[in-house]
Amino acid sequence: MRTRLVTVLLALITAILVIPGPAATADEQGGESLHGRILNPQDRDQGVEGILLTVFEGGDEIAAAETGPDGNWEAELPGPGEYRVVVDQESIPSEFALRESVIVVDGEATAEVEAGDQRPLIIALDVAGAADEDSPSPSGEGADGSDGGDAPADDDSVETGADSGGSFGDRFAQLTASGLLYGLVIAVSAIGLSLIFGTTKMINFAHGDMVTFGAMIALLFSTGAAGMGNSLLAIFLGLAGAVLLGGFFEDRLPRATLVVAQWSAILLGIVLATVLGVMGDSVGWQVPLWGAAVIAVLMGGVLGAGMERYIWRPLRHRNVALIQMFIVSIGLALVVRHVVLVLFGAGRERYAGYQIQDPVDLGPIALPPRDLVVMGVAVVVLVGVACLLQFTRIGKAMRAVSDNRDLAESSGIDVDRVTLYVWGLGGGLAALGGVLYGLNQIVEYEMGFRLLLLMFAAVILGGLGTAYGAMVGGLAVGLVAMLSTLWFPTQMMQAWALALMILMLLVRPQGLLGRRERVG
Amino acid sequence: MDIVSILAESTRSAFGPIAAIYALAAIGLNLHFGYTGLLNFGQVGFMLVGAYGVGISVAVFDLPLLVGFAVGMLCALVLALLLGIPTLRLRADYLAITTIAAAEVIRLVYRAGFAEPLTGGVYGLQNLADGFRVLNPFDGGERYGVGALSYNGNHMWVLAVTWGLVAVMCGLVWMLMHSPWGRVIKGIREDEEAVRSLGKNVFAYKMQILVLGGLVGALAGCMLAVYQASIQPDQFKPQVTFFLWVILLLGGAGRVFGPVLGAMAFWFLMNFTDGLLRGMGSMGWFPFLDGPDYGAIQLAFVGVLLVVLIVFRPQGLIGDRKEMLINVK
Repeated sequence: MRTRLVTVLLALITAILVIPGPAATADEQGGESLHGRILNPQDRDQGVEGILLTVFEGGDEIAAAETGPDGNWEAELPGPGEYRVVVDQESIPSEFALRESVIVVDGEATAEVEAGDQRPLIIALDVAGAADEDSPSPSGEGADGSDGGDAPADDDSVETGADSGGSFGDRFAQLTASGLLYGLVIAVSAIGLSLIFGTTKMINFAHGDMVTFGAMIALLFSTGAAGMGNSLLAIFLGLAGAVLLGGFFEDRLPRATLVVAQWSAILLGIVLATVLGVMGDSVGWQVPLWGAAVIAVLMGGVLGAGMERYIWRPLRHRNVALIQMFIVSIGLALVVRHVVLVLFGAGRERYAGYQIQDPVDLGPIALPPRDLVVMGVAVVVLVGVACLLQFTRIGKAMRAVSDNRDLAESSGIDVDRVTLYVWGLGGGLAALGGVLYGLNQIVEYEMGFRLLLLMFAAVILGGLGTAYGAMVGGLAVGLVAMLSTLWFPTQMMQAWALALMILMLLVRPQGLLGRRERVG
Repeated sequence: MDIVSILAESTRSAFGPIAAIYALAAIGLNLHFGYTGLLNFGQVGFMLVGAYGVGISVAVFDLPLLVGFAVGMLCALVLALLLGIPTLRLRADYLAITTIAAAEVIRLVYRAGFAEPLTGGVYGLQNLADGFRVLNPFDGGERYGVGALSYNGNHMWVLAVTWGLVAVMCGLVWMLMHSPWGRVIKGIREDEEAVRSLGKNVFAYKMQILVLGGLVGALAGCMLAVYQASIQPDQFKPQVTFFLWVILLLGGAGRVFGPVLGAMAFWFLMNFTDGLLRGMGSMGWFPFLDGPDYGAIQLAFVGVLLVVLIVFRPQGLIGDRKEMLINVK
C-alpha cells in the first residue's frame, strides 16, 4: 500500500517534470510589483479606500494604483530597479494624515525592487492631528480605538467612561463591572467546554467556533433571513429530527426502520433547504434580536448534538485514541470557522439598534441597558444550569458520568445518551454566549476563537471537567483581564489571562474545584 | 482552465521555498508529536519568535543576520521552557491547551500598538534579507532550473539553503532517534509509566525534546523572514500550525522523511485545488462565490483533510500504523 502510494506520487511528479511548454509562460506571470495595504489607524482590521498612489522611475510616471475597499493596492512594474512611490495627499480622507517614517518622507517612498520580487511597501496613516492623540476620538466607531477586535469588550461607552472618569476608584468600579460582564459571558460559553471534557475526556477545540456560529446565526435572523437563512434552518431541522428520532426511539424501534427514518429526515431537510434556497428572497422574514437569539441557541444545540451523534460517537465506537480525537476537533474547528466565513463573509458587523444607548447610572458605575440585560440573562442561565445539574435526573446523570464514566455506566446510566444531551446543552450555551458576546463586540468570524483562549483559561482555572469550576474560572478570568487594563495596555488582556492559567498550572494543576487525582 | 499549467505550478510550489520552510517547521513538530507524543498546537508561536528575532535584530537594531538567527533561537528556547515547565508534568492535553493559547497571545502582543517601536505592530518589519542576499552565489536576475521548475536567483538561494537545512535536520533526527536517547524518547511515546519505572527522568526528556523541536521551528521562522524579506504578525495565524499538522500526518508522523514528503504533497495539493477551484470559478461554475471565498474553502478543505487523515490513515504516506495508535495517559 505504502509503496504503491509513493510510486504514484513519484510518477506524477516525473510526468510533470518532463512537460515543458506552456508551463513556462504561466510561470512568468509573477513579474515585479509593489503592493501593500493601507489600514485605518482607528481600526486596524479595516482598510481605507480610494487613496491614489503613483509610481515613478526617475522622472517618468510608470504606474498608478488605488486602494480597494479593503485597503489593498498593487502596482505592476516593468522590471527590477529603484522606484519612487508618491501618495496623493489629496485623496486621503481628511480625518487621517500620512505617517512620516524612515520609508515615507513627505508623502514619498523609495523602494528597490529586485528581479521577480513582489515587494510589500508599508504606508501607514495616522489620525489627523496626532499630536493631541489623547483627546477623546469622535463618537461612534472611532472610540473603538486601540486595536479593533483584539481588545475584546473595550466597549465604547465603558472605555470612554473609564478614561474620562478620572479618579482611580471610579475607573476601578467601572472596569470591575465590565469585567463581571465579560466573565459572565465567558462562563456561559465555557460550561459546555468543561462538561464535554468531563463526559468524554476530550477537549473540544471547535467550541470557539460554535460560539461564532451562534453569534452569526443571531445576526442573520435579526437582520432578516431570506434564502440562506431558510435553507440553514431547514438543514438543521432535518438534522434535529434525525438526532431526536435516534434519542427517543433508539431501543423502541427496529434498527433498520430507525436508520431509514433518520436518513429520510436529513434528506427531507436538504430537499427543503434546496427549495427554500431557490425561492430565495421571496420568503423573507425578520425577528427581533431576542427571537433570533432563541433560534441561534436551538441551532447551536442541534449543531453540538449533531456533531456528537454523527462524528464523535462513531469515532468512540471505533476506539479512536484520544490524541486522534483532539486532532479531529482541531480539523472540525477549521471546517466550521471557514464554512461560517464562506456563508457570512469576513465583514465585521454589530447588532443594529443596540449600539448607542444612554447609560444607566448605578452609583459609581454607568452601564448601558443592554449590558444590564446581558448580565441578567447570563446570571439566570447560570443559575438555571446549576439547578439542572443539581436537581434534575439528567443533570445528576451528567455529573455522575463526568465524575466516573465507567462507574456511571455500570450503575445503569445510558452514557451515550447523557453525552448527547451534554453536547446539545454545550452547543446551545456556546451559541448563547456568542450572542451575548456579540452584543458588546464586533461580530466576525474569528471572534469565537479569541474567546476560546479565555475559555481555556477559565476551565483550567476552575478545574477541567467541573461545570461549577467553569463558572468560577470564567468570572475570575473576566475580572483579571478587565482589571489589568487599569495598569497595562488593553492588548495585553489575553496575555494576563494566559499568565493566570500558567500560574494555576504551576500551583494547583487540578484547578480551584478539581480533584487531585484527575491530573495524573 | 489549463490543467497542465495548474499541475506545473503546483509541482513548482512543492519544491519551492515555502514548502521547504514548512518542511523544516514540521520536522520540529515531528520531534514533538511523531516521536514523543507531545501535542503541540502552537508550533507557529516558535516560528513567530524566530522570525521576529531576525526581524527586530536586523531591522530595528541593525545587527548582522547571524545575530538575528541567534536571538530568534534564544527566544524559542525561552518560550519552550515557559510552556514546558508548567505543563509537561501534567496530562498531554494541558500542553495542547497552553500551546494553542500561547501562540495566539504572542501574535496579539507582537501586533499590539504599544509594541510598535520594536515589532512594527500590524505593519511588521521589512528590509530583512540584505545580509542574506549579499552571500547569494546565484545571480538575482537570472532564472535557474528546468522547465516548469525554475526560480529566480534570490529564491533559488533561499531554496538551496532551506532544503539544505532540511537535509541536515533529517540527518540529525535520524542520528538522534537511533541513539539511546532516542529510544527513551520513543519509549515515552509508547508508555510513559514504563519509562519512568526504569528510572528515567521523563520530565527532563520531554523538556529537551520540546526545546529541540521549538528550535527547529524557530529556524523555519528565521528562514521565512529571510525569504520574504519582511514579516507581518498576521501571517502567523493559528492555521499555520494546522497546516503543519496536516503536513506531518500526510507524510507520516514518527518517520524521518515524513515531514519532507508531507510538505511537498501538501503544497502540491493546496496549489492544485486552488488552481482547480479558481479555474472552475473563472468558467462561471460558482456564481455564488466571491474572490476571498476560495481561500476560505481551501482552509475548510484543510480541516476535512486533517479529519479524514487522522481517522482513516493516521500513519500518512510512509508511517507505521502501529506506532500511531498511541493514547493519552
